[in-house]
Amino acid sequence: MAKAIESPSFERYGLDDDRLRWMLRNMHLQRTLDNRGFQLNRQGKIPFATGSEGHEGIHAGAAVAFSRGKDVLVPYYRDIGLCLGIGMDPLEALLSMFARGADRSGGRQFPNHFTSKAIGMLSISSIIAAHCPHAVGVAYAMKYRKETDRAVLCCFGDGATSEGEWHESVNFAAVHRLPIVFLCENNEWAISTPRERQMAIADVVQKAAGYGIPGVIVEGADPLAVYKTVKDALDRARSGGGPTLVEAKCYRFLSHTTDDDDRTYRSREEIEKHRHLDPVPRFERLLIECGIVTDEGIAEIKKEVLAQVNEVTDRAEAMPFPAPQELYTNVYEGTHEPWL
Amino acid sequence: MAVAAPTQTMNNVEAVRATLYEALKADPRTIVLGEDVGARGNVFLITKGFIEEFGPERIVDTPLAEASIVGIAVGMAMEGLRPIAEIQFADFIYPAFNQIVGEAAKTRYRSNGDYTCPLVIRTPYGGGVRGALSHSVSIEALFYHVPGLKIVAPSFPADIKGLLTSAIEDPDPVLFLEHKRTYRLVKGEVPTGRYTIPIGKADVKRAGDQLTVVSYGLYVHQALDAAARLEGDGMSIEVIDLRSIRPMDKGTILESIRKTRKLLIVHEDNKFGGIGAEIAAMVAEEAFFDLDAPIRRLCGPDVPAMGYAAPLEEEFMISTEQMAETMRELVRF
Ligand SMILES: Cc1ncc(C[n+]2csc(CCOP(=O)(O)OP(=O)(O)O)c2C)c(N)n1
Ligand SMILES: [Mg+2]
Repeated sequence: MAKAIESPSFERYGLDDDRLRWMLRNMHLQRTLDNRGFQLNRQGKIPFATGSEGHEGIHAGAAVAFSRGKDVLVPYYRDIGLCLGIGMDPLEALLSMFARGADRSGGRQFPNHFTSKAIGMLSISSIIAAHCPHAVGVAYAMKYRKETDRAVLCCFGDGATSEGEWHESVNFAAVHRLPIVFLCENNEWAISTPRERQMAIADVVQKAAGYGIPGVIVEGADPLAVYKTVKDALDRARSGGGPTLVEAKCYRFLSHTTDDDDRTYRSREEIEKHRHLDPVPRFERLLIECGIVTDEGIAEIKKEVLAQVNEVTDRAEAMPFPAPQELYTNVYEGTHEPWL
Repeated sequence: MAVAAPTQTMNNVEAVRATLYEALKADPRTIVLGEDVGARGNVFLITKGFIEEFGPERIVDTPLAEASIVGIAVGMAMEGLRPIAEIQFADFIYPAFNQIVGEAAKTRYRSNGDYTCPLVIRTPYGGGVRGALSHSVSIEALFYHVPGLKIVAPSFPADIKGLLTSAIEDPDPVLFLEHKRTYRLVKGEVPTGRYTIPIGKADVKRAGDQLTVVSYGLYVHQALDAAARLEGDGMSIEVIDLRSIRPMDKGTILESIRKTRKLLIVHEDNKFGGIGAEIAAMVAEEAFFDLDAPIRRLCGPDVPAMGYAAPLEEEFMISTEQMAETMRELVRF
C-alpha cells in the first residue's frame, strides 16, 4: 500500500476524495474517447470526429455542479465530457461516432451532437448559437412552473457569442431573470479565427454588462474553480437571482475537427506555449500532491478507462447501421406520407 | 334528427381571438409570446385584454427580436409547454428563418423522436392594405419547401377556428398564416364550443364541373365572387380553398380535376417557385391525361414587392375581373 502523503491544504469546496477521483476519471475518459474518435477517423472507420482536448477541466467541474434529474443541460458539440459527467453512457459516444441505428438520433446526427431527454440533455443542431434560445425557453418553463430546484446550463464557444441569437437569448433571460447559466468555453479559437478577430474586447464576460447580468471569469484548467463558479451561478439561478455569464478560459489543443488542419493557421510553438493550460496533468499533479491519488492509482484509472473505451468501441462497431427506411421516420408524429 | 349547432357571427380577427382565448382557458401550458401582445393586445387587437385575464407570465411581451421569439418558443415546446409565438407581420419573420427551418422543423427528426416541438407560429401576411414593401409580403413559398413543418392559411372564420385549434394541439410545429386583408373584411358563422378541422384537408367552397380553381387566402374570396358572376353566363366553376399548404391535399385537387378536366391556380405570392408551381407539377405528373387545357396560374408578379403607391399595389394584386376573365378563357378552351 502506498504511504499516505501529508496533504497540503487546498480549497476543495466540500468535494470528497471519491468525488475528486471521479472527476479525474471523467477527464481521462473524455480524452480517451476523443483520441478514439481521431484514431477511428484516421483508420477510415468513421467519416468525422471532433475533439475537446483542453476542455476537460470545464466539463468535470461543471458536471459536478449540475443537479442530476433536475437541471437541464443544453450542450454544444465540444461538450462530450460534460455529457458523460452528467450520466451519459460512453457507449453513446461510440454509437454516435459510428452512426449506428441504436444511436439516440438513429445515426442522423454528426458525432457529439448528443441528446437524451431521460438525463436532461436537449437535442442540438450544428448551427452555432441556435441552441441558446432553446435553453432560455426551457428556463422560462421552469420559472413559469415555479420549479425552484431546477436550472439550465447552456454551453457554447467564444465564437458563438458573436451570433445574434446568442445576444437575443442572454437579453431575454436577463429581462425575465430566468434560472439559467450561460457557460462560455473560451478556447481562443473559432476554427481558424482567433479571439481578437472575433471581438474587440479581451474577455467575453464584458458582454454580460450590456445585459445587466453578472459575468465571471474562471480558469477552465482548474476543475475545482469551475465547479465552484458554476455551482454558485446555478444556485443563484435556482433561487431567483437570474442568469450569470461564466467565461471559462481554456485552449483548444487539437484541430477544430478531423476535417480541419490547424497547421494552416497557427504555429506549433503557439500551441506549446499553452501546454500549461492542459487540465489533465495539472489536476493529476494536484491530486498526487494532496495524497488523493498516487502515480499507480492514475495508471490504474487510465488502464481501466482504456479497457472501457475498447469495450464500447467493439460493441458499437458490431452494431448495425440504421435501415435505409429510417430516413422516413420521425418527420412528423405518426407515419409521414412523403410527397412523391 | 340532428340539431344545428349554435353559431356566432365573427370576422377573422374575432375568430383568431376567440380560438386563442379558448386555448388559454383550456390549458395552462399555453403561452402567447410576441411583440406587443400584452398591454397593447397585438397590433390588430387580437389579444386585447388577455394580459389582464391570464397575466404577464402567459401573455409575454418579448424584446424586439424575432429569432429568439421563435427560438425561445422552441425551447418551451421541448420542455412541455404549448407556446403560440406571434411574428407581428410576416415581413419580419426572416430573422427567425433559422429557428423555424433549421431548428423547429428538425427537432423531432434529429432527435429521432426523443424531443418534439409542438409549437404554433402565427403571423399576418398579404397585401391589399397599403402596407408597402415590408407590411404586405406573402412568405409561404419560402417555408413550404421544408419537411417537418406544417403550414396552414385559412381565410374563413370557421376554418380559422377549427384549424387554429388543430394547430395548437398538433404535436409538430405549425406556421399559421392569417391574411390581414381578410381580418375585418371577411365575416361568417362560427360554431360555438371546441372543434377541430384536420390540417392537410382542402375544402371545396363551391362545386362546379367545367373548371377547378385552387386558391387560398384573400383570393379564395375573390375567386368565389368571380365564379358566382360567371354562373350567370352558364359557367360551372369549382373553387377549392387549400386551407393547408403543407401537408397538401392532393386527393381533393386530383378528384376535382378528373371531373372538370381544367385547372387554374390563383395565389398572391410570386409565381416563380410558388405553391402553384408545385401543384401544377403534381397535376402534370399524376393527371396529365385527364386535362383538356393547359394548366394556368394567376400569381403575384416577378418583382420584389408591391409598392406603397396605390397604382403599384393595384398592379401587384389580382383583381376579381382578371380572375373572371381567366376563368372564362379556360372554360371556353
Ligand atoms: C451558424 C453557423 N455558422 C458557421 C458554422 C461553422 N462552424 C462550426 S464550429 C465553428 C466555430 C465555433 O467556434 P466557437 O463558438 O468558439 O466554438 P469552438 O469550436 O471553438 O468550441 C464554425 C464557424 C456553423 N456550424 N454554424
Ligand atoms: Mg472557440
